[in-house]
Amino acid sequence: MKILVGYKRVVDYNVRIQVKPDGSGVITDGVKLSANPFDDIALEEALRLRDKGLATEVVVVSLGPADCQAHIRNGLAMGANRAIHVVTESAIQPLTAARVFMKLIEKEQPGLVLMGKQAIDDDANQTGQMLATLWGRPQATFASLIAIDGEKAQVTREIDAGLETLEIDLPALITVDLRLNEPRFIKLPDIMKAKSKPMETLAFADLAVESGDFLNTTHYAPPAKRSKGVMVKDVAELVAALKTKGLVA
Amino acid sequence: MSRVLIIAEHLNGQLNSATARCVSCAQALSAETIDILVLSDAADAIAEQASKISGVNKVLSLSNPANAHPIAQVLAPQIAEVAKPYSHVFGPSTTFGKDLMPCVAALLGVAQVSDVMSVESSHSFKRPIYAGNAIISVEAPADAIVVATVRTASWPAAEMNGNAAVEAVSVAAALPTHTRFVSLQQGKSDRPDLQSASKVISGGRALGSAENFSIIYSLADKIGAAVGASRAAVDAGYVPNELQVGQTGKIIAPELYVAIGISGAIQHLTGIKDAGTIVAINKDAEAPIFEVADFGLVGDLFQIIPELESRL
Ligand SMILES: Cc1cc2nc3c(=O)[nH]c(=O)nc-3n(C[C@H](O)[C@H](O)[C@H](O)COP(=O)(O)OP(=O)(O)OC[C@H]3O[C@@H](n4cnc5c(N)ncnc54)[C@H](O)[C@@H]3O)c2cc1C
Ligand SMILES: Nc1ncnc2c1ncn2[C@@H]1O[C@H](COP(=O)(O)O)[C@@H](O)[C@H]1O
Repeated sequence: MKILVGYKRVVDYNVRIQVKPDGSGVITDGVKLSANPFDDIALEEALRLRDKGLATEVVVVSLGPADCQAHIRNGLAMGANRAIHVVTESAIQPLTAARVFMKLIEKEQPGLVLMGKQAIDDDANQTGQMLATLWGRPQATFASLIAIDGEKAQVTREIDAGLETLEIDLPALITVDLRLNEPRFIKLPDIMKAKSKPMETLAFADLAVESGDFLNTTHYAPPAKRSKGVMVKDVAELVAALKTKGLVA
Repeated sequence: MSRVLIIAEHLNGQLNSATARCVSCAQALSAETIDILVLSDAADAIAEQASKISGVNKVLSLSNPANAHPIAQVLAPQIAEVAKPYSHVFGPSTTFGKDLMPCVAALLGVAQVSDVMSVESSHSFKRPIYAGNAIISVEAPADAIVVATVRTASWPAAEMNGNAAVEAVSVAAALPTHTRFVSLQQGKSDRPDLQSASKVISGGRALGSAENFSIIYSLADKIGAAVGASRAAVDAGYVPNELQVGQTGKIIAPELYVAIGISGAIQHLTGIKDAGTIVAINKDAEAPIFEVADFGLVGDLFQIIPELESRL
């Protein structure tokens, strides 16, 4: 079984994002870029399935600008067999991303596609679900446990009510949540090895994907600020303050 | 004029209050009609509850044994069918809506606006990106259906004194059988629901163990609050996942939020910044949580909590 893994490059989760003063975007010059944390977890899961003999090949797929090759090499260094880089200089929206992945599915015929539950830049939480729909295959989102059993998988999902388990037929799409696993660290020798692993580069335009970039972002603004309140000196003062506000009896 | 269809969320025969929050958001569109669609194996009783939400015109009740559990790939084709005469289809931005609504959008061939915080006009909305560190205004095309999820923490639940008509509907969509419900492991609790509670007390990594976390429960019970947690506390196994508050957990807006032994990482703050009053208790005076707290108290939680409990 072949596994495709969505592997998006995003602004590192530790960066405190600043909105440009003119509201035209966020400042991304010179900020640290990393793999979407959920995508690292998706890749780690794919590698573990391969290690268990449940998958034969792990292919990382990244849609992004030409300069995200170094990022894709990290995925190869983590252990993916090969990579597909769909080059697009402008950011694309989830429906378009899903359509691109659909083209790759037609070509690669994977048994499983793993994606992050959301990309931490757009926080859209859409691409996997849209892809499963276009593909006409099962989806299990927000996975915290995946058990493959022949032509089926049992997936435990983190939902608002608790933990839900679904049984799905393969091929299928799974999006992963944070507690699925702890991604491995990349070791130096693996970075060397990754240099010789195959990376296929495709131009977005050559895929003849109909664009689904229908949303037009007209303005960026910083969030409303909460003002810093007061420090109380002890529990008595805290309780008095809460009583004054009518928050406790 | 906008015609809005809202997808009801429910569990164990009970309508979730997220549905009434979606109605508030739809009202901000000055809609011509706001209808609710209930999909279930026994939809009528839930439709009855939904008909009480103020501002709703009509509740569509769609019963089908295949809808016994909310499986996105089963529900989406039915919704896409019912949605045709509407200009907007809304679902809550809960795990239910996040799982389902992008499938509806994909079937309709449109984009989805995730996490609507405010409505600027019928086709223009504000939503958060980068864990809420930027708010964008997005415009959806005027000539296509708008599919959106509603950020429930941004909207009050509409009142419950309506009396909408309930109408049974059926659709002829072919439904897949490739996905089967196995089980739901639900934390049983008599405590208020985290997503709709007016008071929430959360504990973080500092609690140190599941055993120690009991002091958070005990304090919460004292004031009738729901219990929440940071990701670190969930990861460490002190509490189940459904208590996680934050970017990847629940986004909440209680009147009172008390963060105990939580540092205040941006991913956590995203989940609480609409709270009315934030109280932080932390032994580190430099902890970032104090930057957003209305009342901060520096000290050891293991001394503060018992004293707090005894004074309340
Ligand atoms: C993609 C991504 C998504 C994430 N999503 C979420 C999310 O949804 N929700 C979330 O919460 N986190 C999330 N995180 C994790 C987040 O970055 C932090 O790691 C997490 O919130 C830290 O939890 P904490 O504050 O409990 O622990 P810590 O950061 O370890 O803080 C513990 C605090 O307790 C204080 N303390 C210690 N002992 C005591 C004592 N005896 N008395 C009083 N105070 C004490 C310390 O001073 C410290 O401030 C996410 C991270 C990533 C990368
Ligand atoms: N440009 C991209 N390149 C690779 N994977 C992507 C891309 N965009 C989205 N994905 C995948 O889809 C998931 C969800 O993204 P989103 O719907 O944008 O929140 C991500 O975690 C990735 O696995």
